[in-house]
Amino acid sequence: MKSAAFDYIKASSLDHALELRSRYGADGVILAGGQSLIPDLNQRFTSAALLIDINGLSELSGIDEDEDTIRIGAMSRYREIETHSLIAQYVPMLKIAIPTIANPTVRNRGTIGGNIALADPSTELPACLCALDATIEISRTSSRRSVTAREFFKGHRENDIKPGEILTSIMIPKIQPGYKSAFDEIARRAGGYAMCGAAAHAKVEDKIISDLRLVYFSVGNTPVLASNAITAIEGRPINEASLIEVKVALSTDLNPPDHIHCSGKLRMHYAGELAKRVIRQLVSNSQ
Amino acid sequence: MIAKHSKNMNITVIVNDERYSKNVEPRLSLADFLRTDLEMTGTHLGCEQGVCGACTINFNGQTARACTMLAVQADGSRIVTIEGASDSGEMNDLQDAFHKRNALQCGFCTPGMLLTAAELLAQNSTPSRKQIREHISGNYCRCTGYEAIVDAIATVAQARLERTGKQDD
Repeated sequence: MKSAAFDYIKASSLDHALELRSRYGADGVILAGGQSLIPDLNQRFTSAALLIDINGLSELSGIDEDEDTIRIGAMSRYREIETHSLIAQYVPMLKIAIPTIANPTVRNRGTIGGNIALADPSTELPACLCALDATIEISRTSSRRSVTAREFFKGHRENDIKPGEILTSIMIPKIQPGYKSAFDEIARRAGGYAMCGAAAHAKVEDKIISDLRLVYFSVGNTPVLASNAITAIEGRPINEASLIEVKVALSTDLNPPDHIHCSGKLRMHYAGELAKRVIRQLVSNSQ
Repeated sequence: MIAKHSKNMNITVIVNDERYSKNVEPRLSLADFLRTDLEMTGTHLGCEQGVCGACTINFNGQTARACTMLAVQADGSRIVTIEGASDSGEMNDLQDAFHKRNALQCGFCTPGMLLTAAELLAQNSTPSRKQIREHISGNYCRCTGYEAIVDAIATVAQARLERTGKQDD
């Protein structure tokens, strides 16, 4: 299908884009990588009076570091992130997770900011950013604010961005010595939407896990922190018995709905399997 | 809200080394622009929602789906379509290998498959069969005839390596 008509303005600067956002309100839709928005427009799931194209804005590009934090510009494309040396060194979770997103051609265009703003709970990065304790930076004309990833995702495709605002960058704490990241998902084929997925970040010492953040995706309307499963495994030796307790605890953390490709019950089973996998990744000797 | 009278815009693009200036509607997809305005119908249009990969082109040096881009976004950019990649001869070995191995059934996916395979081989001269499958995973359509496509790409990777090895000797 073809999209309904819209107007199009290529923003010349972040200030220009913010000015358009505040002038047009909900009618002015931001065009980032376009890998979800344009299919949605083509299928007429959504419409826009005006597309504000933010591709090419230098204020929203680039990946850089300060002492403790990696800053990823909202318009950084998956391909750039997955091949960037700072990501390999300081945010290894993204290095594992991004290659599971769609396929290389989509990853050439798709952006982290677009993915986060879409807030689709079946995608990988919202859960990763929650597990990594990331902060989302949001600008409006003449002011800016930040919000934690866990507060940012409000519901199925609902986020914390308000009229007049634009998501500008993602700040991720650098991985600390002694910490490890793990990620896995179960999808019907490489690049397909996961039926269930898990991201984990923790301190690991002598194969004992502490300070764990285990976050699931594709189990509900937002990423879900598996608090009871975390309590069940922190400080315990990893063995069959403790992994079974994690699985039992998960049934109180998650209540995945039925899905076109699998029942909620099957997703729950996958969640238990993924817990085992990511916990074993965390305590394995490789990073 | 839908724009009632969207304004057409002028764009200039370089497609297959030729410059084109056209006046287009903002909602026109890059794929429709290539097929209709420039009459380059090698860029196939299957799903129009970024799933099938038949409309894959090379946009400023990287593969992109022409159905998930707008023609107006391409203003000032450099595009290579299957017509250009074919005429330049840069992928003749891939095309020959697809032909010899019968690496297609209906052939609708072939332009996208070739451009995607060319990008893989440019990034990785020794891809495993698993890496080949992952790289073309966005071009799966309906025929399930992918074994032959993987064979063809693997054969070209091997042949290019051997050719480079001989030049080094």
